Formats: sequence, C-alpha cells, structure tokens
Amino acid sequence: MSNNSFDIRAYTGFRAITFLCLAILYAPLVVVTIYSFNASQSLTNWEGLSLRWYVEVFTGPESAKFKTAARNSFIIAIIAATTATILATLAATAMVRGGKFRLRTLSFGLISLPLMVPEIVLAVATLIFFNSIGLDRGLLTILLAHIAFCIPFAYLPISARMQGIEDSYEQAALDLYATKRQAFTKILLPLMMPGIISGFLLAFIVSLDDFIITNFVKGAGVETLPTAIFGSVKQGIKPNIMAISTLLLLVSIVMVTISYLVSKKDNTK
Amino acid sequence: MSGDTKIAIDVREAVKRYGDFTALKTISLSIMDNEFFTLLGPSGCGKTTLLRMIAGFEDVTEGAIYLYGDEIAGLPPNKRPVNTVFQNYALFPHMTVLENVAFGMEMRGRSKSDARKRAGEMLDLVQLQQFAARKPSQLSGGQQQRVALARALAPEPKVLLLDEPLSALDLKLRKAMQLELKHLQRETGITFIFVTHDQEEALTMSDRIAVMSAGELQQLGSPTDIYERPHNMFVADFIGETNLLEVSVDAIKEGRATCHLGGGHELTCNAVDGIGIGSKVHMSIRPERLYMSDSPAEAESLKGRVKENIFVGTDITTIVDLADGPDFTVRTSNSDRGNKRIFEPGAEMFVNMERGAGRLLVD
Amino acid sequence: MAAGAASGGSATTDTYKEARTWLLMPAWVTLTILVLAPVLMMLVYSFLTKEFRGGVIWEFSLSAYDQFFFDRGLFGDDPPKIEWTYITIFWRSIWQAGAATLLSLVIGFPTAYFIATRSPQMRPVWVFLITIPYWVNLLIRTVSMKFLLRDEGPLNDALIGIGLLDDPLRIINTNFAVQLGLFYSYLPFMVLPIYAAVERYNFALSEAAADLYASKWTTLRRILLPAIKPGVVAGCILVFVPSMGSFLAPDLLGGAKNFMIGSLIEEQFKGNAGNWPFGAAASMILLTMVLIILMISARQQAKADRA
Repeated sequence: MSNNSFDIRAYTGFRAITFLCLAILYAPLVVVTIYSFNASQSLTNWEGLSLRWYVEVFTGPESAKFKTAARNSFIIAIIAATTATILATLAATAMVRGGKFRLRTLSFGLISLPLMVPEIVLAVATLIFFNSIGLDRGLLTILLAHIAFCIPFAYLPISARMQGIEDSYEQAALDLYATKRQAFTKILLPLMMPGIISGFLLAFIVSLDDFIITNFVKGAGVETLPTAIFGSVKQGIKPNIMAISTLLLLVSIVMVTISYLVSKKDNTK
Repeated sequence: MSGDTKIAIDVREAVKRYGDFTALKTISLSIMDNEFFTLLGPSGCGKTTLLRMIAGFEDVTEGAIYLYGDEIAGLPPNKRPVNTVFQNYALFPHMTVLENVAFGMEMRGRSKSDARKRAGEMLDLVQLQQFAARKPSQLSGGQQQRVALARALAPEPKVLLLDEPLSALDLKLRKAMQLELKHLQRETGITFIFVTHDQEEALTMSDRIAVMSAGELQQLGSPTDIYERPHNMFVADFIGETNLLEVSVDAIKEGRATCHLGGGHELTCNAVDGIGIGSKVHMSIRPERLYMSDSPAEAESLKGRVKENIFVGTDITTIVDLADGPDFTVRTSNSDRGNKRIFEPGAEMFVNMERGAGRLLVD
Repeated sequence: MAAGAASGGSATTDTYKEARTWLLMPAWVTLTILVLAPVLMMLVYSFLTKEFRGGVIWEFSLSAYDQFFFDRGLFGDDPPKIEWTYITIFWRSIWQAGAATLLSLVIGFPTAYFIATRSPQMRPVWVFLITIPYWVNLLIRTVSMKFLLRDEGPLNDALIGIGLLDDPLRIINTNFAVQLGLFYSYLPFMVLPIYAAVERYNFALSEAAADLYASKWTTLRRILLPAIKPGVVAGCILVFVPSMGSFLAPDLLGGAKNFMIGSLIEEQFKGNAGNWPFGAAASMILLTMVLIILMISARQQAKADRA
C-alpha cells in the first residue's frame, strides 16, 4: 500500500465502516461467549468468572437430552457430509473433466437446486415427500434431507479446485502408460485433496448447523443440537444454552479454520 | 533419405476438424527413425494439434498415422510407445522428482524398485541425481525441464514428442538446452519430434523441418533447404529476415530467369518450376547476401542511397532507398567490416547481389 | 439457503467424458429423489384438500390458493373479495427483506471495497474474518443477537452505564430487530460478490478518470460502480432471497406482531394451523417469486457477459 496523500483507491470512512461491520458481526458471539462464563444464576448480572454452566451442560438435568442431541447431530453430520462429498467429487469430475454435453447446464442446475430453493420451502417439500411415501419421520429422514442439501456445499469447493488443476497432469500420466482410472486415483485425486477436505468440512458444518429442515423432518422426540437448543430457547435464554452455544461456536470456527488453511495450501505449486 | 531407413512416424492424409473448423488440412509426412524432426510454424498453424494426434490426445478425423508400420490412430495415449515432454512440463506436483521419473515405468508394470533404479540412472543422464528426493516446485525452470525430459525418456519410448519445451526458459538457458537436447537425441538414438514457433531454434537443432501454416504443410526439408531455398512467400518471410520484392518474369533461358522490378531495375536468378514468363511473383533476397560498394561489383548491381544504419551487435543493418524502387535491407557482419564497406546515411552507392542469392517464390 | 451465484465454470476438459454419465448418476438420482421430487410433490399437495390436524385428502381443490388471496372466494355467489391478511404478510416479508438488503449494502459495499484494496496477502485473511460468523450456527447467532439486544441485555446495560441513555432502547420485537437479524444472517453474501468484482476491477481506469479531472467520488460513481454492478446485483439478490423466506430472525427477534412468510408456512406444519395444502401453496408462491427473481438476474447477468 502506498502512503501517498492522494490514493485513488482509498475512500474516507470505508475503513471505519469495515471495522463497524466486524464489530456487528462479532459482538453477539463475543458477548455470548463471555456470559457463558458468568457465575450468576441470572442472565443480567455479572458475578465473576465460573465454569458452572459448562458443568451444568454435562451433568445438569438437561444434560442427557443435550448429549443425545449432540450424538445425533454428529452422526448425521459425519454420514451426510461423507456421502455428499463422495457424490460431489464424482459429479465434479464429470462436470469439469467430462467435456461439453447437453445435460451439463441442467446438471449444474440440479446440483445447485438446494441453494436456490429457500430453506423453508425445501423443508416443507421434504416433509411432504416423506409423508407421501409413508416414510416415518426420524433420524433416517433427517439424514436423507441433510445429504441432499450438503451436496452443493461440498460440490462448490471441489469443482473450483478441479478447475484450478490443469489437465496436463492427467495427460502426462496417460502419456506415461497410466490408465484413466490410474490417472484419476494417482494424480487427480491427490491433487484435489485440499478441495475435497474443504468441501467435506463445509458440508459437515452446514449439516451440524441446520435447524429449519431438521425441525420439519425430525420425528417427535428426535432432536439434534439445533432443535434441542431452539426448544430450550423458546422458554427463555438460559445460561447453559450460552455454554452449549459457545461450544458449538468453537466447533464451527475450528472446522472453518481448518478448511481455510487446507484450501490455502496449494499442492500444485 | 536413403531407401532403407525405417520410417518412425508416417502421417498419411491426416485431417483434423473441430466441428466446422478445420485445424489440419490433409497432411502427409514421414518422419525417419533416429531423426530430429521439427514442426515449425506460428501459433494456430496446427503443429501442436498434429503432435497431440501422434501422442493420442486428439483423434484423427480422417487419414491414418503409423508408428513403425503399425496404425496407432485408434489407440489411447497409454497404449502408445510414445512419450511427450509437455510445454509446462506437467511434473506431478505431489510426487518427488524420482517418483515422477519412475512413474511411466511403474505404469508399464515394472517393479517399484526396478523402476526407481532406472529412474536414478535417467536422473544421472540429465545430471540431476542429487535432486531425486525433491519436489518439482523446489527446482528451477531449467531443472524442471530436464526432469520432464528424463521422465519422458525413461520408459524408452520409440518416439519422443516435445511440445515447445523451451519456451518458458530465458534466452541463455534456452541456448544451452538446445545443445543438450541435440546431444540427448544422438546419445539415445530415439526419434525426436519437436514443436516450436521459434525459427532459430528449429534451424539450430533439426535434421529436418516441416514448416506449417494455417493447417497446411508449407515446406519440408533440411534447415539449409528451408533457409536457402524457400518454396513460397510464407516460408521465406517466416524463416529469417528477407527482402521480398515484387517482380515480373521477362525471360527464362538456360535455367536462369530475367526479372524486372519497379523502376526498371533488372535482376536475374535461378528459374523455378511452375513460374513461367510473364508471371508476377515475389523474389526473396536474404540481406546478408547483399553488399555495398562505390561502383557496380557484380552482374546484379543496383544504385541506391543509404537511408539509415542500425547497429544490432553482431551486424549492421543498412536500409537502402533504391532509385524508383523499393527499400532494401542489407546486412553487414561486423567481422566483415575489413572488406565490406559501410556508407553514411545519404551516401549514394551500389547494392550488389551475390550470384544465386535471389529466389523466386510461388505465392 | 441462498441462491448460488457461482456458474458451472466453463473451463472443462474431456478426459473422463466416457464415464461422465456414471459419475453424475449418484448425484442425479439423489437430488432428483430428495429435492426435485419433493418440490413437485409440494406442488401437487397445494392443490389437494386439507385434512383436519395436518395431512391431506387426495381430492383436487383450489381452496388453498383461494384462501390465500380471497376472503370471499371466486366460486361463491357473491363477488370475490381480496383477503389482505396473507398478502400483507408477504408484503411485509418483501419489505423487511428489502430493508435488510439495503442495510447490508450500505455496510457491505464499503467493507467489500476496503477488503479488495488490501494487499493480496491480506485479502484472504479479511475475507476469512468476514465469513467466519456465517459458518457459526444461524440459530446460535440469532439467539446471541436476541441476548445482546434484550431490554436488559448487555447493549442497553452498556449504553445506560455510560450515561448515554436513561431508559433501555426497545429493539427486540420491532421490525428493526428483524432487519438487523437478517442483515446479520446474510451479510457475507453481500460482501463476497462485491469483493470479487472489485478485486477484478482494473484500477488503471480509476486513475485514468482521476487524470481526466474526475473527483474521487465521481470516479466511484461513474467508473467503478458501473464496472462492478453485476457483483452488487448478485450481492443484493443473495441477501434478499434468503431473507424473504427466513424463519429464525422474525421468529426469535420479531415476535408475534412481525410475522413473515417463513413463520406463516411453519405454522401450517408445526404449529396449530395444520393446513398442509395452504402451507404448500404459500411455499409455492414464495418459490415462484424467488425463481422469477433468479431468472431475471440470470438473464441480466448473461446479457452483461455478452456485452
């Protein structure tokens, strides 16, 4: 950056707005994190640092409910993200390395459909669908719905990555007597790894975080973390919710950070 | 070419079309065993397309390609005993240098240890043994280039294809690599097919050159042939520098054609098949085949005036304004300044043409 | 979720063209069964007869749409009369989403611009900082917002504490709280496309304008903005579309007075209303609106690309 008195790129106030923007984005998260360490029984008064609400999360009266919900959430997120990542990797290979074909635009439309349909509409549609084919609502319906909407989140980083890999690497492999399958497993797949990992992590977070669709397709009594938290919040914000939120926030931030660091590492250079 | 030399690659009336666009118009050429063969032409002339057809990355729309007598047009690249050095090298970034070089042999079914041993020998050949454990990104451009060469040569292909492999290197390194490539070709005895747009590179390295333009073969011959005896306007203009003069042919006698150019100047040169009396064609005269003097010194001597001298290091280029005629470029080598004269701008003098310097061109 | 602005990408090679059908098949099948078929089924449901306490009777009926638009239906003896309740809810949703979009633009544009003019090494870090909150659970973010803005919340405590206010700001359960929540939910969608556009922008054009005596703000208005307009439009759509159908922000921050489409739809399935065909019809109307917006913008984008 130049420090000329006249910098054509710099506009007065833009820096201030950027910092304001960051403040707005982070303030609620920071506040909740801080208050989750509040020793006080009441939300309002600050009575010093304490881990009592975290202890409450794991041992308190609601702990069994939240533990089950957390287990459900993680199992669903792992299976949904893995499945979506595999489907997205195969689809990206066809889309980016499959030449031009008539169904290409249509396929891309289908893959990004879960992003275009408003979430509440997708939730309604999925509920109606499961109901009409007579599938009982439960963990399975949540899982199926999650696989579907995770696909575009896994697909976008994976296909972006694949577009960044020149096809001359695979051509060189073919030229050196590798079959197409070998060129895929030995060359393309290792080079794609950062994209695949970042796609998986994003799909995982999206699944872990989903509330609206899960809320529609879950059966009575089946909870994931977000639906359990929502149910609790409806009766008023309690400190243990803030502790859970802080833990979940930490998981998200760690995952996104890993995803960011992995995707930044360019193994073709 | 002697009759019993084997043909390595035989391209027979090969055509390549992409939809409506014809990239290659009916090309036939034979590349001999153990030859350093160059496909030369400007970008978009079809030379890379032809190379990729030989490698198996593009299919042949019409015609056929034979490799030592076997038709290969239908084979995928991994079934052809032909290897390529790619323009950007395409070294696998996630593998070490040694793994890269061993890759082709492993894919051909040689054991890992065997392939690695042979890869080590190949790295010896290109003097990179100490870099075997590094990743390609840790090497300089010239070193990467040599790894790419070793990798392509390691499986002992019958033909090595090189797609503008030197274009990413700086001038000095490029010159050194040109010699190294030539040596490697002699040492290994493998047929090299080299694609370039750099005419100087082509002239330096090749046994034979195919000059291509707009999807067509313009001329096929040795570097001397191509330089001294260009067939047509395109070849004369693309290879080296030349004076292209519009002339009309007045008479042809005993293999010599008498022509005149604008302003009534008269020149003679060797007749060329297909150019008859009355034709209006171009004549090419290389600037280094001309020299200047006070009075006419050759049978072909034209009066003119010096417009400008341009110093270009090894040579001095003089632009001469011919009375009632076109401008001429005359090149005098600096080492020749003892016996050849340089005139100041504005001076009147004669431009002399060595016998056989003029060459009539078909359009 | 928001609309995907990313294109399919034109850079494609054909190494695996023989296998592409098989490679695409799993995704096709999954998405057709789990997304396309459900949307079509929803369309069918919107034309069925409601069953008391949820579910449907398989009998064709227009009553869901009739209920949505008309108080006294088209099929009665009296002249039809428009029912304003649901149209008002839709209208409020559009208005709220529009306000949230404007708020996002006012904050998001300078932010995106500022980030795009950092050094190339710092840009990804800034982008990362802006996107982190988006990846945090939307529910948690909305709950956090509610906690922060409560009448007895930390914000009011702080403002009263430093003597700026005597009485707490009543923000929760207002339209503004919902707008703030929506803005907070989708701000990265505004910043990222604008950032991408500014980063691609050739600043030599601004320099040329300045050289030709344009002031900085004139340069921004006349040179920069037209060049990055597609990015700005994309950002606005990406905020507007999910805002319109959002459920959490209006539900948690808006309260009963500030009902939006999302809550209306939710009520038909999870709440007491239990009118599935009506919920399906409202969803179809929302989906149609969104698809129309997306189609218009795709057409505009294509026109801009051709130009």
